[in-house]
Amino acid sequence: MKRVYVNEEWCLACHLCEYNCAFANSGVKDMVTALKGKPIFPRIHIEGNEQISFAVSCRHCTDPLCMKSCIAGAISRQDGVIRIDPDKCVGCLTCVLVCPYGALAPGETGVMQKCELCLNNSPGEPACVRGCPNRAIVYEERKAWL
Amino acid sequence: MNPYVIIGNGTAACGCIEGIRSVDQENPILVLSEEKYPVYGRPLISYYLEGKTDLKHMGYRDADFYEKNRVQVLYGQKAASLHPDLHKILTDQGEALLYSKVCVAAGSSPFVPPMDGLEHVKQKYGFMTLEDALSLEKALTPDARVLIIGAGLIGLKCAEGIRDRVGCITVCDLADHILSSILRPEEAMIIQRHLEKNGLAFCLGDTAARFEENKAFMRSGKQIDFDILVLAVGVRANTGLVKEAGGKTDRGILADTHMATDLPDVFTAGDCCQGYDLSTGQNRVLAILPNAYMQGFTAGINMAGGNQVFDQGIPMNSIGFFSLHLMSAGVCSGQRKDIPVEGGLKRFYIQDGLLKGYILIGRTERAGIYTSLIREQIPLEGLDFDLLSEAATSAAFSPDIRRKKFGGMV
Repeated sequence: MKRVYVNEEWCLACHLCEYNCAFANSGVKDMVTALKGKPIFPRIHIEGNEQISFAVSCRHCTDPLCMKSCIAGAISRQDGVIRIDPDKCVGCLTCVLVCPYGALAPGETGVMQKCELCLNNSPGEPACVRGCPNRAIVYEERKAWL
Repeated sequence: MNPYVIIGNGTAACGCIEGIRSVDQENPILVLSEEKYPVYGRPLISYYLEGKTDLKHMGYRDADFYEKNRVQVLYGQKAASLHPDLHKILTDQGEALLYSKVCVAAGSSPFVPPMDGLEHVKQKYGFMTLEDALSLEKALTPDARVLIIGAGLIGLKCAEGIRDRVGCITVCDLADHILSSILRPEEAMIIQRHLEKNGLAFCLGDTAARFEENKAFMRSGKQIDFDILVLAVGVRANTGLVKEAGGKTDRGILADTHMATDLPDVFTAGDCCQGYDLSTGQNRVLAILPNAYMQGFTAGINMAGGNQVFDQGIPMNSIGFFSLHLMSAGVCSGQRKDIPVEGGLKRFYIQDGLLKGYILIGRTERAGIYTSLIREQIPLEGLDFDLLSEAATSAAFSPDIRRKKFGGMV
């Protein structure tokens, strides 16, 4: 299965992935209308310090602790993609408590959100990857690092 | 083959079904469900009363869950006795059920200490099940004075759930601080102040000695008038079935890391069991939903002939009250490290070079990174814990660990 992977040595911390993510998930056609002057709630975020930066988004783990821990049964796996049902989520943050990657955060309404690989919105493939100027994130099949 | 039987129909049972079906798609599964509902998110009952969810969305699984997994559910039936030598269960309705393997996922029951005059109180409710919540909901009126006995997670979530639907709420507890099973007094005070700002009143270090229909006479001599009484003192694991069948029990049904009891072909999972707790290295009742699911899943795999171990259970909680979030994990022992947080706290416990536990109040983002340090027993040597304690970030890990986490399949 294709997932979003990080090549941290190439990340410039330009945060474009965050904007592209927020735009892709906004459902709005025009990027300026979608984002300008508004707080954004992207499903990918840049972490790092002076030495290193990298983008963090859902790993779509093979053993998803968030899914096993969700008190509402709002997180499920469909064809390998870990999804959140926003109508079932009550914002208890148990998924934040257990995700080892720090990949989930509440959206504007307090309901949790995370990367679902843009499979259900207009790009149809991760907008963060498509807009990354430096191939610091890629969408491809990889195996586990040993 | 006789069916797999699961006693109980909560989260642990659901995990057990999914565990069995990950190995065995053929053989029948039978579930004994005392409650009349398909599996629902038990902790959602306070969110239901608060209006953050509704009955339609409380299902823990989709409506076709049992059908898809070829599970037969006997609603309204309870196991009365277990006979491991005969691989047989007798139900409270006198039915005999034969099983190949059984998982006891019977949960816990509210514990109500003897209190004088409790029988005179007409409007009294527990707060464990959906039925409890629906009964309580019927009693709620805009002017109702509510007294909640028990300032633990259940009592306080109930208070949050009903606050906007009643006149006033007082919460009392014998302990001198709230959430006493999780927090120390000074930590609890941060939450208590926040709850008071949101309209709750407390009566701590005190409990009801005697009741009249609408009045509690407290041990301290104080009297509290109420219209509705909620009993949320505590819960006890349902160990009776296994104990009476000769199995080992303590505070819960004793389970090894395969979630097997000492009775042949009898497994256990969830709030009724006492499984391995990684944070103390001992067996402990860890009555929290994630453990219930994972224990059930483990039991299911092993019942179906697989080989799975669950040895990463730790106590952990994520709980919010009126937008202030609290998270805790592991044990509070070892060297303490505090990070000041406006209106909250970040507190870590370190021992033998490992993170053993934490309490986070108000700043909980990406807390799972901390939890993973406890669960995976990752040595703090070689990572930047000063950076990490300030803000949970994978930047504190070595490039090698980060490559595993973000550069390959996990």
